Amino acid sequence: MSTRMVEVRAKVMKQNDLLARALRERFQQQNTCVIGLVSSPGSGKTAFLEKVLAGLARDHGVAALVGDLATENDAARLQRATPNVKQITTGTICHLDASMIERALEGWHLDNVDFLFIENVGNLVCPSSYDLGEELRFVLLSATEGEDKPLKYPTIFNSSDVAIITKMDMADAAEFDLATARRNIESVRPGMKIFEVSSKTGQGMGEVFNFLRAQLARPRTTAPLLEEAAL
Amino acid sequence: MHELSIAISMIDQIAEESASRGGLDVEAVHLRLGVFAGVDKNALLFAYELACEGTPLQGSRLIIETVPLLVYCPVCRQERTPPSVYQICCPECLAPTPEILTGREMEVASLEVAA
Ligand SMILES: Nc1nc2c(ncn2[C@@H]2O[C@H](COP(=O)(O)OP(=O)(O)O)[C@@H](O)[C@H]2O)c(=O)[nH]1
Ligand SMILES: [Mg+2]
Ligand SMILES: [Zn+2]
Repeated sequence: MSTRMVEVRAKVMKQNDLLARALRERFQQQNTCVIGLVSSPGSGKTAFLEKVLAGLARDHGVAALVGDLATENDAARLQRATPNVKQITTGTICHLDASMIERALEGWHLDNVDFLFIENVGNLVCPSSYDLGEELRFVLLSATEGEDKPLKYPTIFNSSDVAIITKMDMADAAEFDLATARRNIESVRPGMKIFEVSSKTGQGMGEVFNFLRAQLARPRTTAPLLEEAAL
Repeated sequence: MHELSIAISMIDQIAEESASRGGLDVEAVHLRLGVFAGVDKNALLFAYELACEGTPLQGSRLIIETVPLLVYCPVCRQERTPPSVYQICCPECLAPTPEILTGREMEVASLEVAA
């Protein structure tokens, strides 16, 4: 039987990317700076967010969405800083996608929210393909998980805008080689901004707050996170 | 393992393309997959077969063309292939480059249909 070829050139992520674009436009209109957080499980996303929310909540409207396979524990932790927290439980799905964000935000008014943080499911592989409409993606890497994480997961590090090295209070005990870690991040994502913090002691958080506040002064962008996401 | 989600998105996408062309009897799907797309080729091949079951695409073949990583070197002013996916720099002058030209693609390029 003979066959013929039909050209289609259709982006596999088109549905997600269209939704992400609509979300990004909405965030821009509301002037909300939206930041996604990705890391391995246990690298300290929730602990970092607890500190960030508590620090910003005094002067700014803040909100957070937090994704996990199961439990509402992380949302409960974040609610100590702000009531504007919603847990997204994904069941067996290893990443958040734009439709989950859209659903979670139903009924939310973002008018007075300056910062919305989206904590992804702990996973350094799957979230990289899904644009959530965020303006910046932070990738976290803890001092206890080795310097070579960026080399092992280049896709997610390359698709992120900022790297946060967490648990710096444990760096010495873990014999963490900071210079190597920084070099590896630079190798995978040249020019990436890097912060070194401890959510336990508060070390390095001042610079993070300065960086975040500086984002508010910038005009909100509707540019997609990744080149390929452009439709 | 998000390859199953990706495969399902792909099948939805193909169904839409097929419908807009009056219904196609698809025998093979040609996918362009960048090495930086965050998707494992073998896992996707496996997931595709699973996800096709019970759909009009059941029994169709998935043919994946790998799209290499290409960057633009601002020093040499040329397209270059970096030494590896974790060394995003120019292989000639070693200048780091944040500008990725290809490698993130995940695109159904064409469909092979019964004539
Ligand atoms: N010593 C120390 N422990 C931390 C720090 N950040 C997180 N942890 C601990 O690491 C564990 C995992 O943190 P969590 O924020 O839940 O990680 P997530 O899975 O990325 O959200 C918890 O026991 C935290 O208390 C830190 O900066 N220093
Ligand atoms: Mg968490
Ligand atoms: Zn060069």
